Amino acid sequence: MKHFLSTETISKPDLESLLDLGDRFVEVLARPIPKVPALRGKTVAMLFFEPSTRTRMSFERAAKALSADTMSFSPGTSSLSKGESLKDTALTIKAMGADALVVRHKATGTPWRVADWTGLPVLNAGDGAHQHPTQALLDSLTIRRHFGTLDGLRIAIVGDIRHSRVARSDIWAFTTLGADVTLVAPRTLLPVDLEGWPVKTVDTIDDVLDGDVIYLLRIQTERGGASVLPSLAEYVERFGMTNERFDRLPEDSIVMHPGPMNRGVEISAAVADHPRALVEEQVANGVAVRMAVLLRLLGEEDVDV
Amino acid sequence: MSEITLINGTVLTPDGAVSADVVIDGDTVAAVGSDGERRGEVLDCAGAYVGPGFVDVHVHFREPGLEWKEDIASGSAAAAAGGFTAVVTMPNTDPAIDSGHLARYILDRGREVGFVEVVPAGAITLGRAGSALAHLDELWNAGVRIFSDDGDAVADAGLLRMAMEYLADRGGVIAEHAEDAGLTRDGHMHEGSVSSRLGMGGMPALAEETIVARDLRLVELTGCRYHVQHVSTAGTVELVRRAKAAGMPVTAEATPHHLTLDHRAVESMDPAYKMYPPLRTPDDLEAVREALRDGVIDLVATDHAPHAAHEKDVPFEHAPRGIIGLETAAALVAPLLDTQTLFDRLSVAPARLAGLERHGWWIEPGAPANLVVFDPDTSWTVQRFRSKSENSPYLGSELTGAVRYTIFEGAVTHR
Repeated sequence: MKHFLSTETISKPDLESLLDLGDRFVEVLARPIPKVPALRGKTVAMLFFEPSTRTRMSFERAAKALSADTMSFSPGTSSLSKGESLKDTALTIKAMGADALVVRHKATGTPWRVADWTGLPVLNAGDGAHQHPTQALLDSLTIRRHFGTLDGLRIAIVGDIRHSRVARSDIWAFTTLGADVTLVAPRTLLPVDLEGWPVKTVDTIDDVLDGDVIYLLRIQTERGGASVLPSLAEYVERFGMTNERFDRLPEDSIVMHPGPMNRGVEISAAVADHPRALVEEQVANGVAVRMAVLLRLLGEEDVDV
Repeated sequence: MSEITLINGTVLTPDGAVSADVVIDGDTVAAVGSDGERRGEVLDCAGAYVGPGFVDVHVHFREPGLEWKEDIASGSAAAAAGGFTAVVTMPNTDPAIDSGHLARYILDRGREVGFVEVVPAGAITLGRAGSALAHLDELWNAGVRIFSDDGDAVADAGLLRMAMEYLADRGGVIAEHAEDAGLTRDGHMHEGSVSSRLGMGGMPALAEETIVARDLRLVELTGCRYHVQHVSTAGTVELVRRAKAAGMPVTAEATPHHLTLDHRAVESMDPAYKMYPPLRTPDDLEAVREALRDGVIDLVATDHAPHAAHEKDVPFEHAPRGIIGLETAAALVAPLLDTQTLFDRLSVAPARLAGLERHGWWIEPGAPANLVVFDPDTSWTVQRFRSKSENSPYLGSELTGAVRYTIFEGAVTHR
C-alpha cells in the first residue's frame, strides 16, 4: 500500500487486515506505556489546509504512539497566506524531510494532487465532500468490536449524505465488509445521482428504527447545510434521533456519530450520553486505526507490536 | 505576387472531390485542373484533402490583459498550425471588448501578425457586467458581427431582449454561453453520477437548457439571429432542433471535447478536464455527435481557452476552466464525419455565421487563397503546442489526421 486515499477501491482482505491491526493497537493503547517503537526515526507531516482539531490530534497521537516525529502546518499562519501555491507548500514540507503526509483540504482530490507532486505516501484526512477513509476504518472497527462482524448487519446512515465525506467513505467500507446500508435523508441532502451505489434510500428515520446501527451525520451548516433545509426543527421532526425514537430501537442496536455533534438536532442530549451511543469509542478507535494505516505505509513488513 | 502549386491532392470543389492540382496566384486560386501547369513553389498533397481553410468562431486569445496565457501572435500561430485561416476572438479580455476602439485594436493586431484573419466578437453588455448594453453601434461599425458575453450568460432577460431588438434588423448574431448562474452555483463539473461519487458541486444539464429555452422565446419575439455556443446536452440539441424546424434564425456549435469526452474523465480529478460547459454524459455526447452529423449543430468551434501551467496545476475545484483546442480540433473531429461534412462544419458553416467573405469557399478558380491541406490518415502524438499554454487533455495522446499545410491569403502559414 503506497497511499491511503479512498475506501472506494479497497478490497475486503485489505480492509480486514487493517482492522485486525487496529484491534492490536487498541490493546497497545490500553497498556501502561501506550507506545511502540515501530516508526522511530520517521517523520509524519500534518497538512491540514482546513481547520480541524479532532482528526489532526488523532493523527498526531497515532504517529507519536508509533514513536514517529510529527510536523504540523496551519494555513492561517503559513506561506499560503502569502500567496504560495499548494504545490510549493507540499514540496517545501517534503524538502524538510517528511516521510509521509497527512492531508486535509476542502477541495476534492487535493490528497491525490499532493501525492503526484511529492511522490510521498499520502493519507487522506478528508477532501471536500469526497473521502475520509480513516473515519470509515474507525467506524468499521467500532462496529466490528461491538458485533463481531459487519456481515449481514443493517446500517442506516442518516442526514446530510450529499455533503458528507464520512458517508462517502463509510458506504464503501461497510458494504465491502458485508453490511446492508440504507441512506436516510431528504432529497436535498442526498447525492443527485446514486447510480452504482450499493445502497437503499428512505426519507424518514422512522423507516430504519429496526436496524442494528443508526449512524447519524452532522448537519454541516458550514457546507451549506442550512440552505438546503427549511428549518432545523423540521429536520429533527423527520430525521432526528429523539429519546422517543431511541426507545423504539432494538436493545442490542447502537448509535454512532462522527462528531462534532449538534445536540438537540441530529441527536438528543440523552441519546448522546447513552452507553449504546459509541461516540467516544469511535474517537478512541480512531487513534488505533490511524496507527494501523501509518504502520502499513511507513513500517517494515511483519513488524512486531 | 507569389505562386504556389498544390499537386497530387484530392481537391474539394463546389462539385465535390476531384483529383487535381491547384494553382494559387497571389491571394487567389488561379486554376484547378490536371493539365500539368505548375507555377511557383510546388507542395505535394498526396494522400491529403485540399479544402477551404478552417474557421473557428470561438477562441480566447487573451489579449489585451491576460497575455501570459496567450496573445494574438501566439494564438494566431496555434490557429495556423491547426489548419485555421480565420478566428473569432471572444471579448472576455481585460478590458472586455465592449467598444469600437477595442474591437479595432484586435483587428489591427491580427493584421499585424498576419497568420490568420482575426475578428473580434463584441460584448453584449458593458464590461460583460450584465447590467447595461455595450456600445453595440460602435462595435458593429468596427466590423463586429457576433456579440457574446461568453463566460457568462446574459442573466437579465430584459437586457438581452433589448440587445436582440437593437441588433435584429442589421443581422447581428447574439451568441450565448448558456449557463444559469443560480443552477450552477458551487458547481465545477456535470451534475450526475460522477459528481455525486466525488462529492463535487454539480452543474446540471438544466442550467444550459433553461437559458436556451428562454432565449428561443426572445428570438421568436425579436427575430434576432441567435447562436448557441458550445452545445453540451441532449436537451439543448432537442431545443435547437425544434427551433430550426420552426424556421427560426438559430445556429449552434459544438466543441471537439464535447464530441469526444464525457464526465467519466473527471473521475481522475485532473484539472485538464475542467471546462464550462462541463463534460456531460455518454448519452449527451452521442446526441451532440448525431446533431453535428445531421446539421442541427451547424459547426465545430474549439472554445480554445489557454491557461498557464501553474494555473492548472492545482486541485480541480481551484483550477480555471477551459482547455486549448485549435491544434487538435481537426484530428479529433475528422473521424466523426465524412469529408464534405467535415469541411462544411469546420469551414463553410462557421465562415457563413461570422460573415467572413474570404473564407469557407470550396476550391475553384477565383476563390480566395485561404486553404488547408489535411491528411486524414497520418498519426501523430500531441507533444507540444504553438499556443503559449498546453492545458489540453489530449497532451500525450496519439491522434490520426494531420494538417500538412495551411495557406492564408496565398502565403504558407503552416507546413
